Amino acid sequence: MGKVIVVTSGKGGVGKTTSSAALGAALAKRGDKVAVVDFDVGLRNLDLVMGAERRVVYDIVNVIQGDAKLPQALIRDKRVETLFLLPASQTRDKDALTPEGVEAVIAELKRYFDWVICDSPAGIESGATLAMRHADVAVVVTNPEVSSVRDSDRIIGLLDAKTLKAERGERMEKHLLLTRYDANRAERGDMLKVDDVLEILSIPLLGIIPESMDVLRASNIGAPVTLADANSAPAMAYFDAARRLAGETVPITIPGEKRGFFGKIFGRKAA
Amino acid sequence: MSIFALFRKQRSAPMARERLQVLLAHERASSSSDLVSVLREEILAVIAKHVQLDNDKVKIKMDRDENVSILEIDVEIPLDATLKAA
Repeated sequence: MGKVIVVTSGKGGVGKTTSSAALGAALAKRGDKVAVVDFDVGLRNLDLVMGAERRVVYDIVNVIQGDAKLPQALIRDKRVETLFLLPASQTRDKDALTPEGVEAVIAELKRYFDWVICDSPAGIESGATLAMRHADVAVVVTNPEVSSVRDSDRIIGLLDAKTLKAERGERMEKHLLLTRYDANRAERGDMLKVDDVLEILSIPLLGIIPESMDVLRASNIGAPVTLADANSAPAMAYFDAARRLAGETVPITIPGEKRGFFGKIFGRKAA
Repeated sequence: MSIFALFRKQRSAPMARERLQVLLAHERASSSSDLVSVLREEILAVIAKHVQLDNDKVKIKMDRDENVSILEIDVEIPLDATLKAA
């Protein structure tokens, strides 16, 4: 039985889709079978970020409404053969996703895949709550910026109230993925530090993804950043995060941290 | 920290941190207050089925900590209440 992960944030534009694609590809590269599911009905973009926009025939709404079977709608990645994408539809009817339909699709995906990664839409409306409903694990994507941190706090509250796990009285496993982090700006005191965000949100850290040109480059060419350039700083950070998701113990490093002269001499306080 | 830092603009991250801490403490309290009042009503109703007690004798408090949320329920039952209900 596969594990269901929701990638969520509340706020838009913080890197949910980028992270879903990058983590999905990183897990698939380990040999695991991975399905990445776009829940952003009406504004689908995971297909574009993964370079599969011209291969979409059927989508999740077609499957839910019985117009297509799940295997017909799944798109196999051309680079990693264990990586699949289930696109969202472009319909403007936001009630096209029904709770029963989503439940059935997730249940079927769990049977065939090791990982089902649900890329949540922004906001706290039904699309976001449906994406998180069946999750075993939540990845909360946050930028070191006040509005993103506040919205993440709201989402953490929803994860503890509106998911099946929460309703059954079980603890929802939540991890923080800090994206667009600039270690130098944080060191100068112009950006919230990792420890600040961790203290405020009080959930464990899955990884720190540095602000990087490589992320935009990857989406320009239509590849998850972990496939576009596996040796880039953000890709390595995503690979580490994926290993942590899979249960490995990988020490956390703060990417791109340059130490000044004094920093080199006196060292850095352990995080 | 270098000597040049003294001449630069004030660091903004500590302000962000402080503003968030104050705001979120407030927002967490208000979002759970609905839950607290619903719980209070329902707990009161359950106990009232078996013992007689006043409305204000059920006190409920919710605390959100780093790892756990603590729900504190304090019910004061009068000495002879069980007799009355029976």
